[in-house]
Amino acid sequence: MSIVETVTESLAAYPGATVKEVRLRVGALAAVEEESLQFCFGMATEGSPVAGARLVVNRLPVILHCAPCGKDVELAGVQSFRCPECGVQASDLRQGRELEIEAIEIDEAEPNGGEPSGAGAAMQTGSAQEAGK
Amino acid sequence: MTTRIVELRRGILKKNDELAAELRLRYAAAGALVLNLVSSPGTGKTAFLERTLRELLARGSRAAALVGDLETDNDARRLAASGAPVRQINTHGICHLDADMIGKHLDNWEAVDLAQLDYLFIENVGNLVCPASYDLGEKIRVALLSVTEGEDKPLKYPTLFNSADAAVITKMDIAAPCGFDREAAVRNINEIRPGIRIFETSSKTGAGMDEWLTYLAEARLRHA
Repeated sequence: MSIVETVTESLAAYPGATVKEVRLRVGALAAVEEESLQFCFGMATEGSPVAGARLVVNRLPVILHCAPCGKDVELAGVQSFRCPECGVQASDLRQGRELEIEAIEIDEAEPNGGEPSGAGAAMQTGSAQEAGK
Repeated sequence: MTTRIVELRRGILKKNDELAAELRLRYAAAGALVLNLVSSPGTGKTAFLERTLRELLARGSRAAALVGDLETDNDARRLAASGAPVRQINTHGICHLDADMIGKHLDNWEAVDLAQLDYLFIENVGNLVCPASYDLGEKIRVALLSVTEGEDKPLKYPTLFNSADAAVITKMDIAAPCGFDREAAVRNINEIRPGIRIFETSSKTGAGMDEWLTYLAEARLRHA
């Protein structure tokens, strides 16, 4: 729901635009199950300006800072928080909890009446009038 | 028609994170140590918290609790038997507490002035998934696990255990009949959250409570 809200808000700068894709960054520790998310996304976007958009989920692995190795290391899973190179346990998390909207891909309406029909154009007129009050 | 990529880079839980940051400042200004207790339903959070509150009050500390459940105020009534001020938060179907709920219940809580508290405990809704993602501004997140649940729970719910600052194993008084493998449990917690403090307790017999109360007192001196 907050995804739809955020995307809808950001569309204010692009009147009449349609959303083709919503891209998320989701860390391995973010407790997000993609299948449920896809299912809910379809329902949550219904009737909103985001309806019909694709949801792309970019999964990010956990990255820890390993002090003995002196560098950031990537984990293959979330079952053991150890440096895969030296085997030492590490809890200095540098990546893995992300849960954010990275970007959206939109089709912008033509500025000069390219596609005058449809709800997008109507909304544009409405907001212009309101602004003029 | 032109296609355009608009970078947003906005956290999906940003609103909660912002409210939690405000709460964190509020707790710090009041000098209260705030703990968020998280576990599955049935782990014994309420029994553990009741005993904790009772013992803190007996030692002259000032403590209060907010307790989250989908419905009923049964837990608030159980906890109130300790003598501490307790307030129930009913989420009506929501599986976790969020920062907004905490803020609102603190705002109009007549029995409690945060500035007069040493400790505020927040007992979350019984759930090992969603509470992990909702920061309540707490200083210490406590993950609880009972001896009846299986030693591999930390491996099954790494997100929650990895975000915890302390772990409490409950119901140690029935560990033997349950065939609880203590070493495996401790090893699994450590695998997910290396170096975390682990308390082995029984709310019934009081085992492990002294160590836990000492930890609380030290944490309060350090943070509040």
